[in-house]
Amino acid sequence: MTAQASAAPPALALRGIDKSFGPVHVLQSVDFVARAGEVTALVGDNGAGKTTLVKCIGGSYSTDHGEILFEGKPVAVHNPRDAAALGIEIVYQDLALCNNLDIVQNMFLGRERVSGLRTLDENSMEKAAIATLESLSVRTVRSVRQLVASLSGGQRQTVAIAKSVLWQSKVVILDEPTAALGVAQTAQVLDLVRRLADQGVAVILISHNMNDVLKVADHIAVLFLGRMAAQVKRADVTHTQVVELITSGRSGDLGLSPTEASGAVV
Amino acid sequence: MSVQPRTDEVNIDLTAPGETAPPSTGVGVLAGYMRDYATRVRGGETGSIPAVLGLLVLVIFFAIVHQGFLSAYNVEALIVQAAPIIVMAMGLVFVLLLGEIDLSAGTTGGMCAAIMAILLGRQHFSWPVSVVAGIVTGVVIGFATGWLRAKVGIPSFVITLATFLGFQGITLILIGGQGSIGVRNDVIIALEGLNSKFVPIWAGWALLVVIVVGYAMLKLHDSYARRRDGLPAVPTVATLAKTVAIAVLGAIFVYVMGLDRTLIHNAFFKNAARGMPWSVVMIALLFVGLNFVLGRTRYGRHVYAVGGNEEAARRGGIEVNKVRISVFVICSTLAALSGITAASELESVQSNAGAQNTLLLAVGAAVIGGTSLFGGRGRMIDAILGGLVVAVIQNGMSALISGANSAGWEWIVTGLVLLLAAGFDAVARRVGSTT
Repeated sequence: MTAQASAAPPALALRGIDKSFGPVHVLQSVDFVARAGEVTALVGDNGAGKTTLVKCIGGSYSTDHGEILFEGKPVAVHNPRDAAALGIEIVYQDLALCNNLDIVQNMFLGRERVSGLRTLDENSMEKAAIATLESLSVRTVRSVRQLVASLSGGQRQTVAIAKSVLWQSKVVILDEPTAALGVAQTAQVLDLVRRLADQGVAVILISHNMNDVLKVADHIAVLFLGRMAAQVKRADVTHTQVVELITSGRSGDLGLSPTEASGAVV
Repeated sequence: MSVQPRTDEVNIDLTAPGETAPPSTGVGVLAGYMRDYATRVRGGETGSIPAVLGLLVLVIFFAIVHQGFLSAYNVEALIVQAAPIIVMAMGLVFVLLLGEIDLSAGTTGGMCAAIMAILLGRQHFSWPVSVVAGIVTGVVIGFATGWLRAKVGIPSFVITLATFLGFQGITLILIGGQGSIGVRNDVIIALEGLNSKFVPIWAGWALLVVIVVGYAMLKLHDSYARRRDGLPAVPTVATLAKTVAIAVLGAIFVYVMGLDRTLIHNAFFKNAARGMPWSVVMIALLFVGLNFVLGRTRYGRHVYAVGGNEEAARRGGIEVNKVRISVFVICSTLAALSGITAASELESVQSNAGAQNTLLLAVGAAVIGGTSLFGGRGRMIDAILGGLVVAVIQNGMSALISGANSAGWEWIVTGLVLLLAAGFDAVARRVGSTT
């Protein structure tokens, strides 16, 4: 984390986000900040509201109250296309890759480059894909013309993440990127997450795996029953404190007040 | 404590893509190319290999057991038989690429051909007007089917099962009591060479030269551009080898088609039957055009994407519904053309035109050629190779087994081949996927 990154307005800031589905308050005045060049982990137990929060950011859900600030300016995100136009990219767990296409074709899916005569400009796309993978120091793929069907889970995750770099996304949200991966592949993907942040992207990492979070995150935001229990620097907390925040909403003087943490409506 | 140290050591395979710009020729490059190819084949990307091998085995088998199978007369008959199957299979590849099916392609072709024949024979319109009317009918049918599938959401299996029956009925009513309607127009029946009007021999050779030179230029230019951009390219030797193979096979074909096929020579019947049928030219044009669309345009890429993973395509901003409607339009249009080709072959349109096994043979051709029934995999060459396999089986079997049961055996063998091809498709799909 650099001083410059702290001084500039955060890439993404949420203020007082409320969201309810009928009588169920899924999110209650949630504040959240993600800075460029940092990995911000978003953790919480099942049902804490992580997915809902992400869908609000991505435009799949509308918020009831509160505002979303993108690079310091309030923005309205009504649908996924708005989010994509701003440079917010969500890499979902199911990755959305076409198995029957190769890496280059997947990275340019729906945004293919064409040259004269409206024909596909394969060479320029292939060069851009290679450059992107190299900028992320990805060396695990044999050829960018391999079909995605032949890639391992970690390599697929790599392709999905590289796609967001190729399209110069400013905020990249990774939904459980290591959930289905083995030890070596998890290490590779976390490494990639770090490099993604080093390129100046604001990375939001959703994960259940405390080891991953503690290893790679700069900030940790903990959701508890739809409230933001705490958003703290990684260096200021221990594994135990984070687990306490996830399970009970508070840890010592961190987190929600005892009444809030009990789940009572305040 | 901050971030843990980097874990670079877990990266396994350290050859970066395009790390070294390879030289254009050389044994090492060729060996690498062959190795890559072998890896892809083992990974389930078998391409045209099974279809070519199957075709080779069948041709050798029938050539041994049935003298005259490879005679100029029979080869021409085989091509004429294959033409409508190939054209219909080309359209079906588009639909199959999306994992859809068009069961009505056969009867659509029959109905469009009936419309053409009626305009031509009963209404006395000129042949271009009649043909265009038939083809436009195909376009409209495709649009309606695609709309019902994409916007209303009825499974294509059900829509086209309904239209399969419906169009059969319309054809029956249109043609009426006679059971068939003749097609006498010279131009239309020349398509399948029934009035002994074939492509002139010189034009056949010219077509071959254009195809071979065009293929070589295109491939060499692609490789040149890739090397210029520092990307790994197909070795020139491999391109030249393929070009020579195409040239040799094409030359044999054009030569055989140039032989006189007339079976009876006497004072009254002097017309020599020489040259290839015009349907070969039509198929060559369709192949070049549709191959270009599938392989080199954004639209073609989107067809593959929607077939591979609809959700991914949608998230990528591809208009999935438009792509879905378009493939049905292409399929029905080519089905109409196929029906007209069949009408040319028979010099008439029967009241059951396009019914029975017409559709099954075309789907079989696409699948035998290597197109997947699960969507996402298929090429135009599949339709041609598969169509030839189907025609060879039909032609060879009918000559081999005579007697009361010949038609039965032909159906049984075709069914078995289709099952074999579909099984191969399913297995290749499993092998090729890591998940």
